[in-house]
Amino acid sequence: MKVLPVGEDALLVEVSSGDEAQALHAELLRRRADGTLSVREIVPAARTVLLDGLDAPARLAAELTAADLPAAPPRAGDVVEIAVRYDGPDLAEVAAHWGVPVREVARIHSGTEFRVAFCGFAPGFGYLTGLPPRYDVPRRATPRTAVPAGSVALAGPYTGVYPRSSPGGWQLIGTTDAVLWDHARVPAALLSPGTPVRFVPEAGS
Amino acid sequence: MTDRALAVVRAGALTTVQDAGRPGHAHLGVPRSGALDRPAAGLANRLAGNPPGTAVLETTLDGCAVRPRSTVTVAVTGASCPVTVDGRPAAWGAPVRVPGGALLDVGPAVSGLRAYVAVSGGIAVEPVLGSRSTDLLSGLGPPPLAAGTVLPLGRPAGVHARVDVAPQPAPPAELVLRVTLGPRDGWFTPEAVRAFVSRPYRVSSASNRIGLRTEGPALERAWPGELASEGMVLGAVQVPPDGRPVVFLADHPTTGGYPVIAVVRAADLPAAAQAVPGTPVRFVAVRRR
Repeated sequence: MKVLPVGEDALLVEVSSGDEAQALHAELLRRRADGTLSVREIVPAARTVLLDGLDAPARLAAELTAADLPAAPPRAGDVVEIAVRYDGPDLAEVAAHWGVPVREVARIHSGTEFRVAFCGFAPGFGYLTGLPPRYDVPRRATPRTAVPAGSVALAGPYTGVYPRSSPGGWQLIGTTDAVLWDHARVPAALLSPGTPVRFVPEAGS
Repeated sequence: MTDRALAVVRAGALTTVQDAGRPGHAHLGVPRSGALDRPAAGLANRLAGNPPGTAVLETTLDGCAVRPRSTVTVAVTGASCPVTVDGRPAAWGAPVRVPGGALLDVGPAVSGLRAYVAVSGGIAVEPVLGSRSTDLLSGLGPPPLAAGTVLPLGRPAGVHARVDVAPQPAPPAELVLRVTLGPRDGWFTPEAVRAFVSRPYRVSSASNRIGLRTEGPALERAWPGELASEGMVLGAVQVPPDGRPVVFLADHPTTGGYPVIAVVRAADLPAAAQAVPGTPVRFVAVRRR
């Protein structure tokens, strides 16, 4: 683990895997909840956790470097189920990358337990991990100028669901009617870091 | 609609509603947003008799014109500019009484870039995640002002400003940004790091509320590897593939995959918000306190 100072009041904690980042994130949330960590933002990402708005970053840096942190995230809470029609325009391309028949993509994807590793790109957009590394797929060579809201998509090791229509280069495998982001709802985001997720095929897809 | 409202007559190039923003939601991909020149927005609120953090208007370059439906106290701060009420000159940087139905015109900036217009009672659009700020990256908050928009106003706090005029910093002839290096300065060649903190840059016209873009020496990476997405802070100096540093401002993305060579001190960001395109920029490395 490496702790890098960021500006005057933030730290970037770098670990060696996504699992470790999720474990570290869970541990930092636990410390904030029990009052032993005072921080404005805890932002997990692929292999880092950013702590922004710290009172004494140098002291925390020393403490974290010396700490024995858990290597795996704890068992998470309730699984969020997202109903999907596996009807995306890139299904065949993804099947070809995976080396499986097209209909197998839905079976493999919906049989996987995902977890929100981190969020970013847009409010409510989660980067979900869970697929084995052999199912990594590249981004599309040419991004689409408009990916419809509710598109279920793959890129690299991640699955994501577009909260609203936006440009995007991910491979589209399906569609959901789930509302990923609604700022009038509490909580606004359906998915937040650490949330376990399962995709459930809709009848007929 | 009650008469506690403000009709937009001239929206200007880009006028948005801004308050203290919505920090605390970065882990959901929500930018902090909020007024770019915080001290100027705070001063405008004090002069208009509003509590700190009340929503104000943030204009860009050419001001805006609004017509309150009832008599209000306003204050214009930030970029210096002519202020008129029904065509008569009024004070900049001081409380101004605008009768109901009169036209308040905030003119083009004479120096600086962003003017702040506080109105007694504050702009009372519906808050989103605790803030009324327009976030241009993610589209949260009210859309930028358009002619004909009617903005609701809150009830005045009844606090009378204790100041008539207040000193404000002049916009910088040269923008000096103190930076602490890292977290990813090691991704650049030593020559690039030296160039970054010693060579002159200029503010690019492609700058916006998301980032202050610069023109100047391209910074060469020590290796071409890709950085996995990581959390970003306000003031982060990110270097995209073209090698030109971008200073992240309030609407910056919460995560990013280009290396951050340094972070600008928070105290220097209000000046960055007022630097017009073409302003010389110098990044000065300082030690972490």
